[in-house]
Amino acid sequence: MNTICTREELGRNVVRYVVDAPLVATHRKPGQFVIVRVTDHGERIPLTIADANPEMGTISLIVQSVGKTTREMAMLRSGDTIHDIVGPLGRPTHIEQFGSVLCVGGGIGIAPLYPIAKGMKEAHNHVITVLGARTHDLLILEDDLRTVSDELIVTTDDGSYGAKGLVTDAIRSLVNGGTHIDQAIVIGPPLMMKFTSLLTNEFGIPTIASLNPIMIDGTGMCGGCRVTVGGEMKFACVDGPEFDAHKVDWDSMIRRLGTYRTAEQQAAERYDHECRISLDAAEAR
Amino acid sequence: MNAATRLKLPPVVMPEQDPAERVHNVREVPFGFTPAMAVQEAQRCLQCTNQPCVEGCPVGVRIPDFIQAIESGDYLAGIGIIKQTNLLPAVCGRVCPQEEQCQKDCTVGIAHGDVGQAVQIGKLERFLADWERENHAAVIPQIAPSTGKRVAVIGSGPAGLTVAGDLIKLGHAVTVFEALHMPGGVLGYGIPEFRLPKEIVYAEVAYLTRLGVDFRYNTVIGKSLTVDEVRRDYDAVFIGSGAGLPNFLGIPGESLLGVYSANEYLTRANLMHAYDENSDTPILHGKSVAVLGGGNVAMDSARTALRLGAHRAMVIYRRSEEEMPARKEEYRHAVQEGVEFHFLQNPLEVLGNPEGWVTGLTLQEMELGEPDESGRRRPLPIPGQTSHTLADIVVVAIGNNPNPLIPAALPSLQMNRHGGIITDEETMETPIPGVFAGGDIVLGAATVILAMGQGRKAAHAIHALLMRTTEIASN
Repeated sequence: MNTICTREELGRNVVRYVVDAPLVATHRKPGQFVIVRVTDHGERIPLTIADANPEMGTISLIVQSVGKTTREMAMLRSGDTIHDIVGPLGRPTHIEQFGSVLCVGGGIGIAPLYPIAKGMKEAHNHVITVLGARTHDLLILEDDLRTVSDELIVTTDDGSYGAKGLVTDAIRSLVNGGTHIDQAIVIGPPLMMKFTSLLTNEFGIPTIASLNPIMIDGTGMCGGCRVTVGGEMKFACVDGPEFDAHKVDWDSMIRRLGTYRTAEQQAAERYDHECRISLDAAEAR
Repeated sequence: MNAATRLKLPPVVMPEQDPAERVHNVREVPFGFTPAMAVQEAQRCLQCTNQPCVEGCPVGVRIPDFIQAIESGDYLAGIGIIKQTNLLPAVCGRVCPQEEQCQKDCTVGIAHGDVGQAVQIGKLERFLADWERENHAAVIPQIAPSTGKRVAVIGSGPAGLTVAGDLIKLGHAVTVFEALHMPGGVLGYGIPEFRLPKEIVYAEVAYLTRLGVDFRYNTVIGKSLTVDEVRRDYDAVFIGSGAGLPNFLGIPGESLLGVYSANEYLTRANLMHAYDENSDTPILHGKSVAVLGGGNVAMDSARTALRLGAHRAMVIYRRSEEEMPARKEEYRHAVQEGVEFHFLQNPLEVLGNPEGWVTGLTLQEMELGEPDESGRRRPLPIPGQTSHTLADIVVVAIGNNPNPLIPAALPSLQMNRHGGIITDEETMETPIPGVFAGGDIVLGAATVILAMGQGRKAAHAIHALLMRTTEIASN
């Protein structure tokens, strides 16, 4: 059982939790993740670690309500407990002094990008950050990223904040404007990572992507998180989650993410329905 | 009763759930012996002086002695005899391949010229273990005075539980680190409920907890704690981190939607209870499920598919019935339940539709050639003989490698070509002093009892090491 210390709404349907998890807090490095089980009948879901405080023994988890489990988690308040948290899992980000590093984050992927950008900055890189969101109130951690970036660009799909357009538009203007980039890292929705990867490949910029495939144990046992990288089968939980973005078979990965779409939608709808019934019942009382 | 009379007694048939009914539930298939049945079966034992059965047992259970205790109705004495050498009789009585071990050289079976006629040692073992659990008769054994030594056990599967049980009784403090949220390792995530009810595993763990073993869940050694931290805080370390990444065939189509490794399929069903509609973990419910492989895990997968509502479950195996490594009982249960067996068929490709979902398989017909290095006849393709079969789920059950996490975290360990940790065969000690290993992390994918056998050897060696260092310290 892990106790929630604080809860903070970062944007629409996005919550930041600071959770008691001393072993994770003292051992995690940027790029790693945990597996969380919210209740005793819950599924195991991977969540990236957004930050940690080793002295306090706490980690930050940022959750967007998209399915049943994340909606259930978002209902938790400070003082509540999360049934299981295990980690840190996966290999840490390879951080070194590359020179100029482009950090690209989209949507909820901005959460794990923050510790990586911070690590890159601490390794004396020139950090250029590009953040993308569908709309302004879905943008998270802009101020945090700004403190660890030398340059920061925000794009929104609808133009409600920053530049209107996609992160790829911003990257293209940067490169066409003469900005030199030695290394890129991209974390976000799979389609955004795919198109960012295609673009940086075109520009010849080495790029790492952090993948978020379906996972159960997260410890190198079940094989559910397999992805094809450079024509070889790799397992994101132990070989990743970061891989050479230019070698990832994105279409196969994106397709596999949809394996349980129907079941997930049904579960989320059922959960919302049950919540409404219990709310109605509470009001009727 | 004389030997001739005993030899005439037929094996007692253990009652089982009706196949038509049991494919709709996950309850255990065999019901177990009643005391009367157990006594009757025990009467079949000849009490041989040479005890070939004990020779065949990887942990050397005193088999004739416990059978004699059953015959005389002293079940408490019987279970006590087993527990001297086997910590998990309720598990072993169910999942051990007895026909290849204790029952293989049973004099009764040999006298009838049929191993199937051997005394049903496993079923008798199960009887005693179930009797003990159901009657809350477990006796807390004498625990040796505290030695002040601390042992870390990595993994709570059969090897780890054995080490923990043996060492706690000898007076050492034992902490078991488990990566998952539940104990048991493969007993929990791999072996299905209908073959090994999880309640039995949890009862064994509860017993160890009563003896003083400290279980820490959600703790991945090499990640949540480094191996060095564990070595610093404990006087000895046992690595029992078990099986790891599944093998795939390396044929086209294995990334299609609906292709599972058996590890994932069974983990969803068992550990995460995906068969229960109240579980949040999804699993695909196929109409036609093809399982590739011929071991116990393949049987478990095909039988799980039926319980998840499949109309058709097929086992596709590249050799013939004779070479199939699955236990006879598992095979028999699968056949009874309607699992189809397609022998001498080797998958060439998993076929899919434009949306990426599995639709079937291309199979190559095989014939058997000369024996290969495993001693089994090598399957060879018959040129031009290929066929298609329809399937909407494919489960790949062709084994797995040892778990990669600890070897990656401790580079000074030496690994064999299958990724298994290399140890001394007698002590299970690795080249790193004070670090031992056993079970699937050493063997690859083996059996529960072999893992327990290695755990027992390691516990002996760890005890010897700890007592030696105690003597040195007190001198």
